[in-house]
Formats: sequence, structure tokens, C-alpha cells
Amino acid sequence: MIPAAFDYKRASSAAEAISLVSQYGSDAKFLAGGHSLLPLMKLRLAQPAMLIDIGRVKDLSYIKDAGNHIAIGALTRHMDVETSKVLREHAPLLSHAAGHVGDAQVRHRGTIGGSIAHADPASDLPATTLALGATYVVQGPKGQREIAATKFYKGFLESDLAADEMLIEIRVPKMQGAGWSFQKFNRRAQDWAIVGVAAWRRKGEAGVALVNMGSTPILATSVATAIAKGASISDAAAMASNEADPQSDLNASTDYRKHLASVLVRRALEAASK
Amino acid sequence: MTITEDKSTKIIGTRLLRREDPPLLTGEAKFTNDLNIPGALHLSVLRSPFAHAKIKSIDVSAALKIAGVVAVYTGKDLQSAWAAPMPCAWPVTTDMKNPPHFPLASDKVNYVGDGVAAVLATNETASRDALDAIDVQYEPLKAVVDLEDALSDKNIIHKDLGTNKSYTWPLLVEETPGCVEEAFKKSKYKVKERYVQQRLIPMAMEPRAIAAVPQPFGGDITLYSSTQIPHILKVMSALTLGIPEQQVRVVAPSVGGGFGSKLDVYAEELLCMALARKHNTPVRWVEERTENTQATIQGRGQIQHVELAADENGKITAVRVRIIGDMGAYLQLVTPGVPILGAFLYAGVYDIPKAYDFSCTSVFTNLTPTDAYRGAGRPEATYAIEMAIEALAREMKIDSFELRKRNYIKKEQFPYTAFSGLTYDSGDHLLAAEKAAKMTDLAGVRAQQKKQNVPGATRLLGVGMSSYFEMCGLAPSRVLASLNYSAGGWEAATVRVLPTNKVQVITGTSPHGQGHETSWAMIASEKLGVAPEDVDVLHSDTAISALGLDTYGSRSLPVGGVAIALACDKVIEKAKLIAAHQLECAAEDLQFVGGTFSVKGSPDRALPLAAIAFGAFTAHNLPEGCEPNLEAQVSYDPPNFSWPFGTHMCVVEVDTETGAVKILKYIAVDDCGNQINPLIVEGQVHGGVVQGIAQALFEEAVYDEDGNLKSSNLSEYLVPAASDLPSITTGHTVTPSPTNQLGVKGIGEAGTIGAAPTVITAIIDALSGLGVTTMAMPASPQTVWKTIQEATRGGKK
Ligand SMILES: Cc1cc2nc3c(=O)[nH]c(=O)nc-3n(C[C@H](O)[C@H](O)[C@H](O)COP(=O)(O)OP(=O)(O)OC[C@H]3O[C@@H](n4cnc5c(N)ncnc54)[C@H](O)[C@@H]3O)c2cc1C
Repeated sequence: MIPAAFDYKRASSAAEAISLVSQYGSDAKFLAGGHSLLPLMKLRLAQPAMLIDIGRVKDLSYIKDAGNHIAIGALTRHMDVETSKVLREHAPLLSHAAGHVGDAQVRHRGTIGGSIAHADPASDLPATTLALGATYVVQGPKGQREIAATKFYKGFLESDLAADEMLIEIRVPKMQGAGWSFQKFNRRAQDWAIVGVAAWRRKGEAGVALVNMGSTPILATSVATAIAKGASISDAAAMASNEADPQSDLNASTDYRKHLASVLVRRALEAASK
Repeated sequence: MTITEDKSTKIIGTRLLRREDPPLLTGEAKFTNDLNIPGALHLSVLRSPFAHAKIKSIDVSAALKIAGVVAVYTGKDLQSAWAAPMPCAWPVTTDMKNPPHFPLASDKVNYVGDGVAAVLATNETASRDALDAIDVQYEPLKAVVDLEDALSDKNIIHKDLGTNKSYTWPLLVEETPGCVEEAFKKSKYKVKERYVQQRLIPMAMEPRAIAAVPQPFGGDITLYSSTQIPHILKVMSALTLGIPEQQVRVVAPSVGGGFGSKLDVYAEELLCMALARKHNTPVRWVEERTENTQATIQGRGQIQHVELAADENGKITAVRVRIIGDMGAYLQLVTPGVPILGAFLYAGVYDIPKAYDFSCTSVFTNLTPTDAYRGAGRPEATYAIEMAIEALAREMKIDSFELRKRNYIKKEQFPYTAFSGLTYDSGDHLLAAEKAAKMTDLAGVRAQQKKQNVPGATRLLGVGMSSYFEMCGLAPSRVLASLNYSAGGWEAATVRVLPTNKVQVITGTSPHGQGHETSWAMIASEKLGVAPEDVDVLHSDTAISALGLDTYGSRSLPVGGVAIALACDKVIEKAKLIAAHQLECAAEDLQFVGGTFSVKGSPDRALPLAAIAFGAFTAHNLPEGCEPNLEAQVSYDPPNFSWPFGTHMCVVEVDTETGAVKILKYIAVDDCGNQINPLIVEGQVHGGVVQGIAQALFEEAVYDEDGNLKSSNLSEYLVPAASDLPSITTGHTVTPSPTNQLGVKGIGEAGTIGAAPTVITAIIDALSGLGVTTMAMPASPQTVWKTIQEATRGGKK
């Protein structure tokens, strides 16, 4: 429980954070809520030499209605996402999912940006924003760029973010009254999902993403296509794992995960269609 | 002297809030790691990453170069520090095999977590950094992980022993030779079952922590440890280190839970003591959670083969049990005795003839040593008999509750001499079971179940139950002797009335969450007629409480609490002589009510205890031959175990599509005789039930075939939280124990004993329509789902 020695700097703005990370290079890591990074450091699975604390970068903690989409600052805590009136109205799937991250302590510390940047396929918000067709805004020494969620996740804990880039904003299209459901299957309420499903549906249109069904969050495109083509919910749900490649662990074998995915996708679509 | 019936002073039986809680809840309580000990060196232990390997070489040179590192020791370096190997106090048979076990391994490691080197540093960080800098070369050997594989002796762990078998312990009781075999031949119904008790990892909220502090002169040493057993630890550590016992003082500060895992003498305690003496400096150690999963004892770990025979009415005619017990790599303090504590209970609460054939063979494996864990042997036994009763009911196609009713020992049979020769002092199983059924609304639930569990339904209801008997309150010393246990089962108490009428109770029990300070004060308060807040309870420091046998096996109240009541009686006896002298009457003419002695029939001739206490202190006017001061000491050896019992029931809903199990209702009816403080009793039942549910649904130490622990932290070892549990409804029947004056029985382990079979039988009941007849623990969603798949595919197992 005692991490290896490290240095620590606190940044007060995104620009300062990026200049610090450029200075220290790949030995440096951003520290946001610390709820993914610090556990790894305590087990000495991560040993960054420099932590750049962005937890107090205030201007990146916001939720704004930006017309077609909602803009969420990367440092916004899960709890604020969960309770935001704007999100509850325009992206209720996301605020609901944020309410199912870990426990209350985790939700008060963890940030949406940290969750997405960490790119853990077992986390709830990467898959949820993927299902919603979100865009991520990142800033580096050379300026800003936008990355579609569908292009962001590269592998287990790997993303398109460069070492000197910082995620600054998450843009979530408004759901326009679509039905939705978030299904999280786990053994204890505060745990990561064994399998999770984030889904929305609007008449002949649907979006479904899967949590913990591969090395990245998975967009279940076969399911969405089947729904668009008029397939029944159960027929579409049977295709839940077409894009997935789930691993085995203590809680679930690959087969059981696939089975769960189809049950949960069916339940999610049924709930979203009500 | 019996408990005064004066209602105005009735303290026993009230829901007095625990005096322990305010300091615990406000953070004021001091745990071992909170002690500020200037100049202490920090110990870290390098642990083997292999389950079984030869140590080829250890290079500590890089570690020694780290700033702050004071010394690094290997097992070889410390060989001369030990006067004896680490203790096992329960050689269950005379030919039991017990490999030598030292705080650090020297030539060979035998489990992942086995200590290989010890680092001392001036701070925790340097001490931890040094572990990464020690270079150990290992030659991995084949690990023995599976119990049946261990039994085959294909790979022998401790070569010098020539076998992996530690012992075979039989208990064969036959009315006539061969009658068990005959019953199995002749009886109409037979069942033969196999159950696996998975290994569990005790997860006390406070991990183990130790500080060994040498005293400035005279060679004395004080050991602060988060332990359940300061007294036993004092004796055992003195013997292992070869120090005169009187030079060792053991103190257990606030202890954050134990559940049996702190009922042990651990390598780190001995290392801290030996190195503190060597360096003449305090040495401290605190366990990391992953170390807790690897280097603290584990619980359970048994394969059980259980057979029942029954006549045409379902009356049990014989019981046959074969156990393989998993000792782990070494024998810890009472490791071999754990299965034996259950050996007498495989007939449960049922009236069976002398036709009982039990045998346990215990084996070594390349896994963390096992030892006593809440219930120790008795949850395993109860699970087996209750599951087997269910199997028998299925075989007979009758309701399992009905089958239980036909076999319960009846109220009028108590005191009941069991097949084993043990006397069950009191009980009323039918009463407890019927109360549980009523609280569950069993008839209503069954009706709802009929409606809900129709073909094609995916949410199935099930009801489960278990009736248990617990053999606890360890224990009559003579019985322990017959089981080859190396110590007695008495408990000591001192009660002292101070000159200002405040009372000190000194107990040999060592609480670590049970609320003894509250309960013991209540006993003395009721006995002596003083307010509970005027009673101070001292414990867990061998310099204050010199005699004692500590806390485990639901013993503290039925042994230690009764000792306090007896010591109060002695104080009252002496006070009465002084009162008679001062009131100029005969002692027989005095009564003692509400803290005052008065002459029967003339209430104005009275003396309060306060006056007598002060008089005993000044000693100005005492009867001839009467010693000054008002205090008494008692060592009490109980005449029998205590026999709490009860019935638990629960209602579950199983989602057959995912395998998820939800407990909708949990009813626990426990009978622990008279209750000193019902609030504390309920707390014990809640915690116990949760630990039983945890075994049934959540927890398992999972090892791979190389002996690596896969569930070595709290995200993989699933300790349930409040949000994962049902609200538990407790009920009680009260059958006072006839063997002690308080009429009390133990309650610490009862919940754990009752809960696991209750939950598992409920799941099987829910799925019985699908042909499910077995369910492994923990019944995780995946396990439940797979079991359903196997049953519905028709190809069972
Ligand atoms: C007990 C517990 C239970 C949990 N349960 C769940 C759960 O059920 N579901 C779930 O989804 N999550 C869960 N989490 C994870 C939690 O949501 C984390 O807070 C989140 O995953 C990471 O956010 P953070 O702000 O804490 O990031 P940090 O831990 O600070 O950082 C994580 C990583 O992202 C990088 N990073 C952080 N912010 C940025 C940024 N703006 N730009 C670039 N890189 C950045 C860091 O350098 C680091 O590598 C749990 C955590 C704990 C401790």
C-alpha cells in the first residue's frame, strides 16, 4: 500500500498542465480524481516519477447546454454528472450511468475525464458516451483536436491520447427524448460491471454499447443495424456479442459473458422501447 | 446468591448502548498502529511469489544500500533466534505429523506468502522499497493445490514426513460392532453426498498490526498486537523465543475484528519480538491487505462425504462421514483441531442411535495455512447435515421441514445424552423452528411460490432452512484433555470494590468487537447493585489481567461472564460477613437487594455496599480474621459446553437467465438462553449471518493450479457490503442453560453456522422444478447459471 517515490506538481489551468507534462515527458502522469491511478500506484503496478495534479483545474468542471450537444468539462465529478439537471433532461442515460459508478465516495472523487482517459473497458462512462455518439476534445502543445468516441479506444487502457495531450471536454449529443436503459450486472453494488449495457432507442434507431466485453468498450453495431432493419428485440439481442471479444475472469467465463450480454441487451432494449 | 429479582435494578436483559462505540465511532479508540512509539524500526517481510520452490540464493546487498534500511535478515540468519518452532497447540493424535515451521523459511518455501526475508528500516517507505531490491533465486517445484491430489502423495511437500497426510482422526460410535454398515444395508432410504467447503479469507476491518517494545532495563519486552489471545500469545512467544515468561507482557489495544484469524501466534509477532531484542529498539509491523489474504490464516477448506440412512418413516438410522481437511502448508496454533470441533455435530439437532462413523484425514497443501474461522468446524458440519437432510427429503419425496420434525431431539429428551456421550444440556428445536416458520410466513411464501414458479418463469422463488446446534463455550478442561488440546478451557475474573464504591472487573477474555466492557459491567452492576457506569472493565493486558484464556469459540460469556458472576458472589459473601459484624446480626439473617444489606424483617437495619467497601478499605472495624479490602478472584472451569441452537429460514428469488440470487427475507431465530444485552445479541447474529451469507454467495479464496491466489484483494475477494445484503429479522426463544447461574449460552458464531445452508437450500428449492439438486458455494451468478444449464440439459455433472 506504499507507492514508489514520486514528485508532485499542481496545475491550475489546462495550459499549465500541458506545459508541465511536455516538460517531464513520459515519466509524468495527470492526476485527476486519483481513483484509478492511485490504486495502481499503491500496488506499485504504476510507478510514475511525476504526478501533475489537475484535480483543481476549476475551469474544466462544468456541464453546459451547447445547442445540439451538452459539453462536459473533463474534471467534472461523477456525482455532478449524476445530479446535473441539464444532463437529466438531455442525456439521462449518462447521468443515470454516472450514478452507478462505484460508491458515493468514488463518485465524489472520480472524474468523467479520468474515466474516459483511463480507457478501462470495464468502466461505465466510456461505453455510455460511446453509445451516445460522443466526441472528445483534447488539447496538446499544438492546440486542440476532436476525436469521435468510436475512434478513441485503441486497446486495454490504451487510447488515442498522446502522452502530452489532455482530455478537456466531452460532447454528448442530446438524446431528443429517446428511450434508454443502463443495465449493470455485478455481484456487489459498488463493483465494476461483469457485463454492462448502455442503450437508447428511438423508433427504428438504436445505439448499444457494452461494458467489459473486450479490451475496449464495444459498440454493438450489429444490434443497432438489426433494429434499424426491423428485427425483433430478441433477434437483435442475440447478436449482442458480434463485435465483442470478452475475456474470462473469476466472475465470468467468455461464454457466460456472451450469454449475459444478450440477456442484458434484450432487457435494455425492452426497457428503452417502453 | 442468585440474580436479584428487584425490577428497579434490573440491568441484565436491557438494551444498554455499547460503551465501546463512542470512542470507536469518533476515532478516539487507539489501535496498535495508532500507538506513537518514538524510534521504532519498521519491519517488512519479503514473501515468496511461488507456492512451492527451493531457495537457491538470496542477495540482500542492494537492499542494504537503500537509505534508511538498518538490517535485512534471511531465514538462515535468524535460525539461532528461535528456541522452538512456531507452536501448534493441538496435536489431535499422538502420531500427527507436524513439519517444523519457523517465522522465515530457510531452504524451501511452501506457499505464496511464506516469509523469506525481513527488512528493518527507519521508515515504512524504505522498508517497503527494500523488498523490491532483494534478489532471491528460486527453483520452482510442483505445487500441491488439490486436496485429493495431496492425499494421493504423488508429490510430497514435506519430504521428511514421507507423506502429505497429517493425521486421521476417527470417531466411531456403534451400539453393536458393525451396526453402521448394517443400517446402511437394511435401511429403506440412503443418501450419499459430497460437499466442498471453499477456503475463506478472514477480513478483519483492522488488518494485523504489531509493535514490540523492549523495556529500558531488565530485559523485559512488551508486545502490542492486534490479537484475540494476549494470554496465550504471552506463553507461546516466551516458549518460542526462549525468554522467561515473566519478562513478556502482551497488550491488545483496540482490536478491529478477528473472527479467529487473530487467534494465532504469527511469524511477524515473533519476528518483531526477536528483532526488537536484537536491536534493543522498538520494532513495528502493519499488514497490507494483500498480505492479509496470503499470510493470515484462512478458514474452512474441506471436502465432505456424508451418508445418511433412514427407515421408512425417515428416522435417521446411521450417519457416515469422511472428511478431507486442508491444513495448508503448516500447522498453525489450532489448525488440526478445526475439523475435530465439528466431528460431534454431523448428526446436527437430530435424535440418532449409536450408529455414527466419522473420520477426518487432514493433508498438507502448498497453500496458506488454515485455522479457526468463525464457527471453526461447526459451520461445515451443520452445512453437511442440513444439506444431507434436504437430499434425504428429496429421496423420500417429502417436505424437508416435515423430515426434520420427525428427527428433532424432542424438548422432553433434554438433558440429552448424545451418541457421542456428550450431554446436550437444554433445547427446544421444534419451538425455534416453528417460530421461524411463522416469522417467515412459510405457508404464505409456499402459496406465492406455487403461483410464481410456473413453467417458463424466469424469476423463481425458493425457501431454505437450517436448524443448528452449536457446541461452544470452549470448554470443560477435562473434555479438552480428551481431545489432546494442550490447554484448559477455564476463565479467570477478579472483581474489586474500590473504597468509593466504584467497581473494577478484571477479565481474562479479550474482546475485539463483542462489547465485553458493556456486558461484563452489566453483570457486575446487576450483581452488586451499582450503576453500570460505575463498573470499569479491564482486559487484554497481561500485566493487569494476569490469568486468562482469551476470546474465541463463543466462550467469553458462558465461561468468562459466568466467572465474573461467581467473583461477584464471593465479594458479596465477604461483604455480608462485614455487614453482619457491623449490624450485629447473624449473616444468615441478612438479605442483599439493590446494593444494600438489610436484616430480614427490619429494613431500617441496613448497610449499603458503599459503606462496607469503605469499611473494608479503612479496616477499622472488621470481623475477627477478615482481611481488609473487598475483592475476589475466580478461575471457573465450565462443567459442560454451552449449546445454543436455532432455526434460520430465508426466501430467495433466482433470476434463471443470469443466475443472480436475491435474498428477499432472512429470518434468524436463535436461542442463546438468557440474554445479558439483547442489542449485542442481535449485533452478533447480524454479523454472523452476514458471514454465512458471504460464504454461500460471495467469498472464495481462488487459487490456480500453481497455487497462486487469484483473489488477493478486496476487488476480487468479494466481501459483501450492506447494499448487497437483505435486512435480517431476528427472533429468539429463551431456553436458559441449566449449567451456569446466568443461564447463558454463546452467540458469537451461531449466525455463521446457521446461514450458509439456509441460503443454499433456498436456492436449490427455487430451482428444484428445473431438476437442480446441488449447488456449489459460493453460489455466484455464473455457478447458479451453469448448474441450471447442466440440470436442464439433463446431463447432470
Ligand atoms: C472502489 C472503486 C470502485 C470503482 N467502481 C467503478 C465502477 O463501478 N465503474 C466505473 O466506471 N469506474 C469505477 N471506478 C473508477 C472511477 O470511476 C475512477 O474515478 C475513474 O475511472 C477514473 O477517474 P479519476 O478522475 O479518478 O482518474 P485518475 O485515477 O486520476 O486518472 C486515471 C488515468 O487517466 C489519466 N487522466 C485523468 N484525467 C485526465 C485528463 N483529463 N486527460 C488525460 N489523462 C487524464 C491519468 O493520468 C491516469 O492515467 C471505481 C474506482 C474505485 C476506487
